[in-house]
Parts: sequence; structure tokens; C-alpha cells
Amino acid sequence: MSTLLEVKNLKTHFFSKNKVFPVVDGLDFNVKKGETLAIVGESGSGKSITSLSIMGLVPKPGGKTVAGEIIFDGTDLLSLSENEMYKVRGNDIAMIFQEPMTSLNPVLTIGEQITEVLIYHKKISKKEARQRAVDLLKIVGFARAEEILDDYPHRLSGGMRQRVMIAMAMSCDPKLLIADEPTTALDVTVQAQILELMKDLSHKFDSSIILITHDLGVVAELADRVLVMYAGQVVEESEIVQLFDNPLHPYTQGLLGSVPKINEEQERLSSIGGNVPSPDNFPKGCRFSTRCPHVMEKCIENQPDLIEVYPGRKSRCFLHEEGDS
Amino acid sequence: MTTYIIRRLIMMIPILFGISVISFAIMYAAPGKPTVMDLDPDISVEAREAQMERLGLNDPPHIQYINWMSNVVKGDFGTSFTKKQPVRDMIADRLPNTLILMIFSTILAVIIAIPFGVLSATKQYSKLDYGVTITSFLGLATPNFWLGLMLIMLFSVQLGWTPVGGVSTLGGEFNLLDRLHHLILPAIVLATADMAGLTRYTRSSMLEVINQDYIRTARAKGFREKTVIYKHGLRNALIPIITIFGLMLPTFIGGSVIVEQLFSWPGIGHLFISATFERDYPVIMAITMFGAVLTVIGNLIADILYAVLDPRIEY
Repeated sequence: MSTLLEVKNLKTHFFSKNKVFPVVDGLDFNVKKGETLAIVGESGSGKSITSLSIMGLVPKPGGKTVAGEIIFDGTDLLSLSENEMYKVRGNDIAMIFQEPMTSLNPVLTIGEQITEVLIYHKKISKKEARQRAVDLLKIVGFARAEEILDDYPHRLSGGMRQRVMIAMAMSCDPKLLIADEPTTALDVTVQAQILELMKDLSHKFDSSIILITHDLGVVAELADRVLVMYAGQVVEESEIVQLFDNPLHPYTQGLLGSVPKINEEQERLSSIGGNVPSPDNFPKGCRFSTRCPHVMEKCIENQPDLIEVYPGRKSRCFLHEEGDS
Repeated sequence: MTTYIIRRLIMMIPILFGISVISFAIMYAAPGKPTVMDLDPDISVEAREAQMERLGLNDPPHIQYINWMSNVVKGDFGTSFTKKQPVRDMIADRLPNTLILMIFSTILAVIIAIPFGVLSATKQYSKLDYGVTITSFLGLATPNFWLGLMLIMLFSVQLGWTPVGGVSTLGGEFNLLDRLHHLILPAIVLATADMAGLTRYTRSSMLEVINQDYIRTARAKGFREKTVIYKHGLRNALIPIITIFGLMLPTFIGGSVIVEQLFSWPGIGHLFISATFERDYPVIMAITMFGAVLTVIGNLIADILYAVLDPRIEY
């Protein structure tokens, strides 16, 4: 499989009067064609800002991508002008968001919101766009697609709105779909349907997906490969099955340990003590050192590198340097 | 929708009735009598009494109210005490002038306030934003009459660019340019305060909207900033502004009292001032009721516009 997206040493920082917040701090990863990559991490680990950096939509003023390369389909997105980015966003790279309840414009009909993307990017007529919108709505599971077209978002439930968001995102046949916690705000039953739908569509449209989530259940359902983020950095990268079988990094172990298991009796769920450190106050050494159960002296002073422990599996921890994990 | 409007129109009746009772009572309680201004100071007490009797002013207040009301219901607002003209004709004569001034200054306020409010919000904390903010606070704080006087001083007296007052050049034929020439200064003065307020409201409403998720969605679709702000943002931001707009409608009558006086603009406000000084009860009551109707209708229009702009609201 060829590489669709290659992110190299991405740094997106936020600036206040006299402080710098390195929210995303030297990120390296790639997404292959047709692959689903999950980015997992707690709140504040920088996963959403990573996705906004790829879209070139880092909140302004305050946020800025200060270094790195985002090579998408052969071009560095960071070197593109704003005018050129307009043609990429929504067309080659589409995005769906966490809050389906508020992500649709309340005063425009569903039809307007889907067709406007098509008319804008694909330069097709209103009539063609409408036909295409009906097809898309049918694909995402609306039986009465024609009627939905003239409805306003407030008439739809959260799950239906997320389906509309997905239809909108897929409308221009994007090469990459970024889904930022697409199921977090939904009912569990609806979550499963939405995940199933995304899986189907990624095959049908042959799109790559970057799935951002803190829900490991969602990861297991959908992803081929996983990137575990902690405090603005990648701490572990792995194929999906191996990650669940044998997590390498202590943080990943902690994350997996905090998922309830259906076949084991557990008195209490284990958890990782403490919180993600604030970006203006990262520890000098390993960023996980303040919460790590295996913390050693050198972890406090030095930052470990992301090293390839097994082929295709990387982890950022000193434990692997000693030959065992 | 139609039933809603009909219901609201029916509800206007008790509201207007209440307003008429209160205004009548306040006017009656105010000191002074219509006969004081009207007549020759040397007139005898008997003649003055006869005049009071003839105008029905010696009747008890509730009888006077009932007499007035029973005529109003028939569409007759009585005859002016001082001008001896039917009040309806007096208002009909002056109404077009006031309406022209109102409509023109409203348009002026809207076309300046909304773009500047939007710019101020999208470039929050920029020099432009501070400039707009300071200017609008100045606009809010400047009294109408003072601004009017200063503009007359500058543009009419010093520079001689605009006429000092009136609706048109006396004795001339109807001429649109001449009308606009006379209209410009009073319209600017009348629009200033509302323009300033409207700019502030637009700014805060727009600020709230541009942080919404659907704006981020619009950006993620690849739209240019202009489309994002004006197509996806402005329509949402306008919804709360509509209320303000509905409430602004009657204030134009209030504001025009001063502005019309200042620019000798023969409109309703001008008439209202002179009627008040002369205790011309029928004229005062008629204009007060006109203002009341405008207020109630302004609110109704705002409510209807809500439903037009916001699909979530249905009546």
C-alpha cells in the first residue's frame, strides 16, 4: 500500500502573552491508502489539534503550526497558500466532528448543506448536486432521502445528524476522512451503527480514515493501526491486534487496564493516577514519568525516543532499551 | 402562521385600550389647560369658562374619556383645539415626512451598523474593532440635539453644503435630489444612536456565532472566509438582532421629536411638540396612540421575522 499522508515532526503550539503551549510537539506518523488509523489519547493529549493542523484550521489567534511537514498525496499542505487550501478542505480531506447536534447549521436545510459542497468543489449544477445528495443520503441509510433533503437539522436525532455529516463529508469523494470522536456524543446502539457505516463507506469510497477517539472499543471496531498520543507526542504506534494483545508502553498498558472486561470479575476498575500535565508545564524528562508505575531515575532527566521495538511497532520508553519490555 | 397573526392582532385591542387609559390619565393630570395658550390674555373669565364648556373640558374625566373613545372607535380623532383642523388630516399631512425620515435613517443605520458589527466581530481585538467600538460608544453617548446642532453648524453654516432645515426648497417644484439634500442631515442624526447600538449588538451576536461548531464545519468544507461568515454566520447572528430591530421601530418616533424640531421638519414629532406646549389634547392623544400602535406592531413584526429567519420557530 502506498502512503497517502505523511506527517513529519509536526509542531503546533499555542501562544499566550508570555507562555508557549506545545500542544502538538514533534509528531511523526503516516497513513496509507485505504487504511484506518486511530489516534488514541486522553483529553488534552493533542489529538484534536493534530487533526485541525492537517486541515489547516488551527484556532486563531493563538494557535500556529510552527514546524514540520504534512505531505498529502505528494504535496506539503503547510506550504500551500490559504487559497490552495480551500480546494483541499472538504474536497480531498473531509472532516466530521464530535458534536452532531451543533455541527450542522440550524438555519439551512440538509439539502442546502450537502449540495453547497458539491456545487463549490465539483462545479456541478444545482440539479445534479441535488440528485447526488439524495444518493448520498441513501448510502448513509436514509430511506426517505428526498424528504430529509428539505428538512432542517433540528428535526433529526443526533445519530441521524451524524449520518448527514458523514454524507456531507463523503460527498466530494475525499481521499482522507478525519473523524474527530464521531461517536462520543451518541447512544451506544447508535454508535455501533455509525461505526458500521464508516467501515462500509471507507471500503466503498476507498478512503483512508484518521479516527480520533479516546474510546478503545471504537478503535478495536474500526482501526487497522493505532497511534497512542500522550502530552503532544506519540508514545506508541502499533497494528491493532498486537496493541490489544501486548501493549508496549506503560501508558498504553494503563489505558487498556482501565477498560472493563466482560469475562473477568473486577472489584474496581484500575485507572492511571493523576492527569495529563498541562502543555506549559511538561516534565523535563519522559512526559509520562509523573504518572508511570515503572518510573526510573533516567526517565525524570531524559526524554526517551520513539524506537522501533518490533517491526511496525514503535514505543517511546526506556524500558525497551534494556532489551525486555 | 395566519392564525397566529390574527390572534396577535386581536390581542392588540386590550393592550391599546390599556395604553389609551393610562395616557389619557397622565395627560389629564398634567398641569395647564388648553385655553391658556390659545386665547387672548385680556379675555374675560366668563368667556374662558364658556370656551372650556364648549370643548367639553368641564365634564368629569371618565365622561371625557368615553366621549373621546367613542369617537376614536369610529375613526374620528377629534378636532385640534388650536388649529381647528381635524386631527386625522393633520397627522395624514405630516405622516409621509416622518415616514420618509424614519425609513431613510433605518436603512442608513442598518447598512452601516451590520457590516461594521460583523467586521468588528471577525477581527476581534484588532485596531478596526477598537475603532468601531469607540466610535459606537461615542455615537451612543452623543445627545441627538447636540450632534444635530454641530452638524448644522459645520455643514450648513460654515461649509454651506446642506440646507439648515425643512423638507424641500420653498416654492420649488418636486425634485428628488433636493429632497435628499434636505433629508441627509436629519437622517444621519436620527440614525446615529441606533446605528451605534445596532453595531454593538451585531458584534456580540456575531462573536457568539463564529465560535459555534457549524462555523467550524463550514470552514472544514473548504469555503472561503466570506462564505463562512456571511452565508453561515450572519443569518444565525441576525436572529437575536431582529428583537432589537422590532423595538427600534417606535423609538424612531421618539427620536424624531427632537430631530424634527431641530431641522424644522414638518413631521409627527414636530406636531407633537407644539401640541404638547399648547395642551392640544386630541392631537397629543392621537400621536400617543399612533406610537403605541407602532410599538405593538414592531413587536409583532419582530416575532414574525423570527419564524421567517429561524426554522426552529413555528407558530
